[in-house]
Amino acid sequence: MISIVGYGSYVPKNRIKTSEIAKIWGKDPQNVERGLGVYEKSVPSLDEDTITIATAATKYALKRAGIDPEEIGAIYVGSESHPYVVKPSGTVVAAAIGCEGELKCADYEFACKAGTAAIQNVMGLIEGEYIKYGLAIGADTSQGAPGDALEYAASAGGAAFILSKKNKDSIATIEETLSYTTDTPDFWRREYQHYPQHGGRFTGEPAYFKHVGTATKMMMDRMSLNPDDLDYIVFHMPNAKFPVNMAKKLGFSTEQVTQGLVVSKIGNTYSGSSLLGLTAVLDVAKPGDKILMSSYGSGAGSDSFYITVDDAIEKKRDMCPKTWDMIDNKRYIDYATYTIYRKKILMR
Amino acid sequence: MSVPRFWREIPYRYRLIGSYCEKCNETFFPPREICPRCRRSGDIKDIKLEEEGEIFSYTVIRTAPPEFDVQTPYAIALIKLKNGPLIMSQLTDCEMDDVKIGKKVRMVFRKISEDGEAGIINYGYKFVLAE
Amino acid sequence: MKKVAVIGVGITKFGELWNSSLRSLTIEAGTKALSDAGIPGEEVDALYTGCMTGDMFVKQGHISSLIADYGGLLPVPSTRVESACASGGLALRQGFITILSGVADIVVVGGVEKMTDALGSQTTGYLASAADQEWESFNGATFPSLYALMAKRHMYEYGTTEEQLGLVAVKNHYNGSLNPNAHFPFKISLEKVMGSTLVADPLRLFHCSPVSDGAACVILASEEKAKELRDDPIWIRSSGQASGAIGIYDREDICTIDSTVNAAKSAYKMAGVTHRDIDFAEVHDCFTIAEIINIEDLGFFKKGEGGKAVEDGITSLDGELPINPSGGLKSKGHPVGATGVAQVVEVVTQLRGKAGKRQVKDAEIGLSQNIGGSGGTAVVHIFSR
Repeated sequence: MISIVGYGSYVPKNRIKTSEIAKIWGKDPQNVERGLGVYEKSVPSLDEDTITIATAATKYALKRAGIDPEEIGAIYVGSESHPYVVKPSGTVVAAAIGCEGELKCADYEFACKAGTAAIQNVMGLIEGEYIKYGLAIGADTSQGAPGDALEYAASAGGAAFILSKKNKDSIATIEETLSYTTDTPDFWRREYQHYPQHGGRFTGEPAYFKHVGTATKMMMDRMSLNPDDLDYIVFHMPNAKFPVNMAKKLGFSTEQVTQGLVVSKIGNTYSGSSLLGLTAVLDVAKPGDKILMSSYGSGAGSDSFYITVDDAIEKKRDMCPKTWDMIDNKRYIDYATYTIYRKKILMR
Repeated sequence: MSVPRFWREIPYRYRLIGSYCEKCNETFFPPREICPRCRRSGDIKDIKLEEEGEIFSYTVIRTAPPEFDVQTPYAIALIKLKNGPLIMSQLTDCEMDDVKIGKKVRMVFRKISEDGEAGIINYGYKFVLAE
Repeated sequence: MKKVAVIGVGITKFGELWNSSLRSLTIEAGTKALSDAGIPGEEVDALYTGCMTGDMFVKQGHISSLIADYGGLLPVPSTRVESACASGGLALRQGFITILSGVADIVVVGGVEKMTDALGSQTTGYLASAADQEWESFNGATFPSLYALMAKRHMYEYGTTEEQLGLVAVKNHYNGSLNPNAHFPFKISLEKVMGSTLVADPLRLFHCSPVSDGAACVILASEEKAKELRDDPIWIRSSGQASGAIGIYDREDICTIDSTVNAAKSAYKMAGVTHRDIDFAEVHDCFTIAEIINIEDLGFFKKGEGGKAVEDGITSLDGELPINPSGGLKSKGHPVGATGVAQVVEVVTQLRGKAGKRQVKDAEIGLSQNIGGSGGTAVVHIFSR
């Protein structure tokens, strides 16, 4: 069995309100807020990117894990906004935490599910006894084109997980994971393009709902689970509507979803999205609680995880800032500042 | 900035590795090859410095060189590290009015500068006000 | 011990001199100094030129040859001296030592900076090269910010006020208004200083010396030559130089510039005088806080009382101890490499009693203090009639 022995989250401090963006583009703010269920989103500072976010989350994960960084045998960073197209984010994270040397490392990209893909690969390396500890990170500083519907939600944040074989320091154990993958072009970004494109309503039924729904149902069947066997449900959160509707369709209650539903306050953190939801759940879960998490990556696929919370959560969760506390620690910026922070204006 | 010039300082800039003179029981940052007190090199070791400290002095920069211009106004501080030396660093994610001598700060890992749109990104330490 | 005298001085107008180049400025100051000394170029044994950033501002290296050549002094041995803003002061010290060593009787010491050939946006970065590039400038520290860090701490520890900082500028501008060569030869009010734009808190634009073009030159002579050539030589009584940490982060006390304290100690000892014997001084007021720290470090006032001394008028032109009668770097201008030599031009002019409206009364012994960077280098010279 593979367990989480350390987890950490990071959300940048800046927020822009949905209403501020809507106002700029002449939309009715309340309409947009209601339509998406997103009221504000996180914006990275000028000195933040996927690498710094990944590093910040990792430092918290290391603190909770209480291990020597040099014991980490693999680092995989999942993101669709790696600062370099060529030059791995993971190498910088490795140097920043002090685990360069014998280390397996690569960057992953699978739209918003690259972070959960990283977890699955680390699990395999541990199971195969190639490494003792592995670090999987999902982090993004995603961009939506100005005026595009994506702009209301595309945000920044990330989460990091240190995994090992189940032991007395386990925070939560991953009982099972599986994936469902097809070729479904609902959202993409071509090389050299600054902003992604998407298929509008095509991103819904045939994309998000089909993949997340199928993967989740496969997991429920495989593990013989009923909706009320689970304490917490975390789905990828492109907005607040999709995961809530998904949960309803699958027979889950709103209560099972609420704790992990960080999207309404920080937007869609892409590769960080479902993982930040998981950290928010771990921040409050009790030993023995059952969690089901299904990520979604456009293109398309969903990774589903069935997780049981372990005893060490009690002594480890308070070692670092909790996700919802980080979400509440914020400063608002206006649209003009946002355009500078996100390099949306042509400068000299 | 040339790449190797930046690359060779990575451990110090990313992780606050300083020097410690075992003879004088003193820490230094940036690292030194010779202890400025006893003028010897034999007893100098690398040491991981604490990532916490307090503001010893500060200023808010309003006029900056081109590579930092977009960040103005930004704060620079001399920080007395816990059990360690004074270090110069930028303060980030803070309201300028909240910066005061004596305030507690902690290290974060951030982008310091970029060599244009296409060049290398320089990362390193900055500090934030500790909540 | 041998004695060294200043027998000629020359200085250009300081300011934005669009028609002048690095070489034309140096030649102008040199020609004036040689003609003041009344000697032809053939008598010159050695040439030293202080210049900080010729390599950056006008992309000119090998300034030693350039100056000797265009100064019509070939084949006189020529050396360029660089030590940030203390380049001029150090050039003077090299000339002084060369004559003391006996290898030369007449030495030309020049200082020059041509700063306005670069864009303003580049200037901040070029000047920051005097700081620790890897551990200060890399982090976005600018030159004013280093002195601002000193100012904040000085205000915190000693209660020095923004008004006191401002009064340094007001005083120096008053003095500079009497100096026709000054970059900004006009008076300013305290309100104007306090209302000027912030550069690095608490330092405002009018707390900072300007970016200026200019050159200065002095002719040094051995005792025999000096007596032969002039009946009013000004004697260099002593020269003291000291190094300090390149980075402000490595200073034990950022309210004190140790290199000044150490250089002053050497200079007072060599001259056989104390700070009480000094009648006036030209000090390195690159920023107003620097003047306050300098007059404390030179021993004129107790640590923390420099601001009050300025407020009380002690350092004014008609005060007990006039500081920067030339207008200082603040009003006269700060063509970096020229500054240390320009200070000497002023001290000599004052000791000769030829300073006109800004003449310090009964000036017998004068001091010049020149700093490089945030205190990595300091050099102090003492002069008398």
